[in-house]
Amino acid sequence: MTEGRIFRWLRPWVFPALLVGAFEWYARRAAALGSDALAPPSAAAKAFVGAALDGSLWQATGFTLGTAALGLLIGAVLGIALGLVLGLSRRAAQLGSLSIEVLRPVPSVALIPLAMLTFGFGVRMELAIVAFATFWPLLVLVQSAVQQIEPRLLEVSRVLGLSARERAFKIVLPAIVPRLFVALRLGVAVALVVAVTVEIAANPNGMGYAMMIAQQSFDPALMLAWLGWIGVVGFAVNVSMVQLQRMVARRMGALS
Amino acid sequence: MNDRNRSGMNWLGSLAVLCVLIALWWMASNAGWVSRVFLPTPQATFASLLEGLNLSGPNGNNGNGELLAFTQATVGRMVQGWLLASLFGVVLGAAIGVSPAVRAWVQPTLEFIRPLPASALLPLAISIFGLNPGMVLFVVAFGAMWPVLLATVHGFAAVEPRLSEVARCLQMSRAAYIWKMGLPNAMPDILAGMRLALTIALIVAVVGEMIASQSGLGQAILLAARAFRASDLFAGIVLLGLIGFVSNALQAFAEKRLLRWQQP
Repeated sequence: MTEGRIFRWLRPWVFPALLVGAFEWYARRAAALGSDALAPPSAAAKAFVGAALDGSLWQATGFTLGTAALGLLIGAVLGIALGLVLGLSRRAAQLGSLSIEVLRPVPSVALIPLAMLTFGFGVRMELAIVAFATFWPLLVLVQSAVQQIEPRLLEVSRVLGLSARERAFKIVLPAIVPRLFVALRLGVAVALVVAVTVEIAANPNGMGYAMMIAQQSFDPALMLAWLGWIGVVGFAVNVSMVQLQRMVARRMGALS
Repeated sequence: MNDRNRSGMNWLGSLAVLCVLIALWWMASNAGWVSRVFLPTPQATFASLLEGLNLSGPNGNNGNGELLAFTQATVGRMVQGWLLASLFGVVLGAAIGVSPAVRAWVQPTLEFIRPLPASALLPLAISIFGLNPGMVLFVVAFGAMWPVLLATVHGFAAVEPRLSEVARCLQMSRAAYIWKMGLPNAMPDILAGMRLALTIALIVAVVGEMIASQSGLGQAILLAARAFRASDLFAGIVLLGLIGFVSNALQAFAEKRLLRWQQP
């Protein structure tokens, strides 16, 4: 019985271990042939420890996560506000539909040069792009969540004579909380991906830039260390958001 | 008749809202509320578009026509990467998804790689392949493959158990099972994954062009921003938005047709 449990616990690690082993062998062979474009994972682990000890790891990770979170906050507040309006009023939804259909497909990375021109390098350009990228999914998901509210709840609020503000905060927002957290989980994933992408493409800060600069200064071990770390951070953030979403759904008495 | 009238009115209304937004843009740029260094006027953007697409002038030959070539390059990269991603995603996904044993061994790794930004692979791909178009295409295909792959695995895992039992009773071969039960069952998931893949393909293609200096809209708008040619920059953004819009609309149309059997 316990053997089965250990086996099940080990099973997810076998395939990645094989991959890492194959990469180690390939990179060592390439190095033996005189290539310095790749490094074996063992060297990447050493570079990772070095970056963790000199603090550059934490500084860059903090920058990326902080900017992604702040950008998500801006995008989410705007997206939720507009989503509420469009979800509550059919007329507003119909009037805005064409503008949204035209603006939404603009890929967020297309705004990197514009943000660079407007804000220069730094936190603000990344914030603007993360906010733009997270605004649309939140808008769409909140709008559909509001449209799926039990109509009787809205009738009750009308009977009680609640003002529009009271209706939004006392009836509508609590009613969409479980769906709102599903939307926020998606928003977190988008924010992190976009933040790293902006850093790789332009912004000289954060994890993406650290990886880019490691590649450009022919330090493949450090580059691989960053790639692995970005994967771990993304995975950890996503897993914790799923847990949070499940917890909220349970608390609100909804099926996850 | 009344219904059609009403939807026509709604359409006109939403068109009016869009016109108001463009008018606001026109006022903001023409009145100088926002510096024209950042926000060109709509007419300047339009002129840049016409010139870049070779449409200005009486004989349609006055422009430099470079935007047309850039658009073709970006769309080509996106579509090629997307097709490769869909092909490999479905094939690998079917191979993994058809066997519960393989799923149990491999799926945790796939879930780990899923949240990794596709553009984060660019530096690695540059070290392995160097700066060339094939490298960008590889990253586009690789990044866009994940949604298709995971959707296919999920679709295969969600096949009704009784259907698998029927397949066993009929002694269907594995290939027949994949072709007749697995794929049709996974089709809605696969199409949803391919839709996401299309968006990712466009984004990664643009980022790849920016970083690896491959000619295309991504590189064009980056250079326009560096040279403070705001109207060219906006023309590029408009074209990228148009690419996203058209590809989404085509995919939605195809989905509707392919999934017609699902509707009651």
